[in-house]
Amino acid sequence: MTAPAHPQHAPAPHAYVSPIPVRRAHLGDALASEWTKIRSVRSTMWTLGVMILLMVVIGLGVAAIAASSEVSMDEETALGFGFFGMLPASICVITLGVLTIASEYGTGMIRTTLTACPSRARVLTAKAIVFFLLVFTVTTVVATLVALAQVALVDAAEPSADEWLRATVGTGAYLAALGLLSLAIGTIIRHSAGAITVMIGLLLLPLVAALFMFSVALKSVQEWLFTYAIPSQMIALYSAQPPFGEDGPAGWEPLLIMGGTAAVVLAGAYALLNSRDV
Amino acid sequence: MIELEGLTKRYGTKTAVDHLSFQVRPGVVTGFLGPNGAGKSTTMRMMLDLDNPTSGTVRIDGKHYRELHEPLKHIGALLDAKAMHGGRSAYNNLLCLAQSNRIPRSRVDEVLGLVGLTAVAGKKSKGFSLGMGQRLGIASALLGDPEILMFDEPVNGLDPEGIHWIRNLMKALAAEGRTIFVSSHLMSEMALTADHLIVIGQGKLLADTSMADFIQQNSRSYVRLRSPQQERLRDVLHANGFTVVEAGGGVLEVDGATTEKLGELAAENGLVLHELSAQRASLEEAFMQMTAGAVEYHAHGTDVHGGAAAPGPQWGATTGTTTGTTSEGA
Repeated sequence: MTAPAHPQHAPAPHAYVSPIPVRRAHLGDALASEWTKIRSVRSTMWTLGVMILLMVVIGLGVAAIAASSEVSMDEETALGFGFFGMLPASICVITLGVLTIASEYGTGMIRTTLTACPSRARVLTAKAIVFFLLVFTVTTVVATLVALAQVALVDAAEPSADEWLRATVGTGAYLAALGLLSLAIGTIIRHSAGAITVMIGLLLLPLVAALFMFSVALKSVQEWLFTYAIPSQMIALYSAQPPFGEDGPAGWEPLLIMGGTAAVVLAGAYALLNSRDV
Repeated sequence: MIELEGLTKRYGTKTAVDHLSFQVRPGVVTGFLGPNGAGKSTTMRMMLDLDNPTSGTVRIDGKHYRELHEPLKHIGALLDAKAMHGGRSAYNNLLCLAQSNRIPRSRVDEVLGLVGLTAVAGKKSKGFSLGMGQRLGIASALLGDPEILMFDEPVNGLDPEGIHWIRNLMKALAAEGRTIFVSSHLMSEMALTADHLIVIGQGKLLADTSMADFIQQNSRSYVRLRSPQQERLRDVLHANGFTVVEAGGGVLEVDGATTEKLGELAAENGLVLHELSAQRASLEEAFMQMTAGAVEYHAHGTDVHGGAAAPGPQWGATTGTTTGTTSEGA
């Protein structure tokens, strides 16, 4: 069969009219489309699966070791152990965030996507929303379960409501915001391996560099890096006081910093996506 | 209806598309022809608003591409068969496109059936052969049942069955009143499918003409003669006012004559003929002649044009740079 399956009109000399009803497409349709995309590739299952595994295994492992230790936790709560699962989880989130857009460039799918939806802002917005909600939901649920287990296993101080909120919703939001930053970097760099490398470097290098700043002349730089490196801020998320030195972010502040950074870079990604050739 | 007006694309100092203006009309297959690197794909990408023109505009039914709300319902395009995520199934690749344009799910099954991929709908598209990939690309173009269809080199790498299928599909789609715009670097392919022809070379418009006119103007028909009495035959032809071109190997070519007329003439004069045949120079030759100055990547030192498209030894004997001299009778 070579002719489309719909009622055959007499061959018109002009303008073919399709029998398919035209309904105005909007952001909701783009969201549905992006949801189909993200759930139908195996890399999503892999990165999220590995992330869940790392958070659970490391979280429970650390809690088990702490529970069997003789040393008292004093004022500390067990929620802080969440950090050890959060750091490796962030690498999975970075990978997924970059792949969400860069894989489209790698496969050429982006041309098909933008032909179907010429509003590039709508495409990026839909990707960002779907990705954010997916990562936020999964990480919040996993972080909550791990935190409950940690608090139950380890004999430590009872966490306050705010501490609970930061260790669960805060962790989820922080990782999802880090993912958005990766998505933005992926949009700007348009190359999976390149963008993942940049993000991993951003995650780990400041801390590694700070470790080797022995010179006194670099003291202030070292302190700044120790305070504002991404892993340090993740630790700060679990702590009411700045964990390194007197000032620096603590409590909800790391989330604001990451959210703000992601927003700025995402704005740059919008501008570039709109103006560049595909 | 697609309208291009002064469309220009520059990459640094290199001009890929140079003030291109033409219209693609509904109800016919318009062939978009040019040698490799002529700017065909760049032009098509600009038509779809993927690349920004340096200057000039493209209008689809009077609108800019970005003003189309559900573009798949206006225009379907096959740019690159592999422009899909290989890890996704054929069905899901089409589904995400359909959803972005509010096209009902049932239409995905419909187009899969249309291109004959129903059996592999759930398979990952990276395992597809070139032909299957091409069919999937065509399915995505047909998804919105659009009025305009654009295919970039759709027969590339297909087997004869696939080529045949695409040709018939394009004709059937045009017969329904759709606008079909198809690019190719093969004149012979266009001659079989296109009603209208747009030829570009180095980004410039070389021809915008109906296929029939193009054939009329560019195909030289002549009669080919061989005879053991070549000298006498030539004298007789001259005496009767025919222009004779000696093509080597004892072959004479006569323009503007019919085989009947020359056969009778030979019989009247008692001449023995070993060959008397009507010949038509291929459109491929006409196309190459037209774009000879505009081919970007020449092969050097070898005969790039001979062989395949040549109807007789006189074509095969020509080299790339002297192609223009072979059709002096045109």
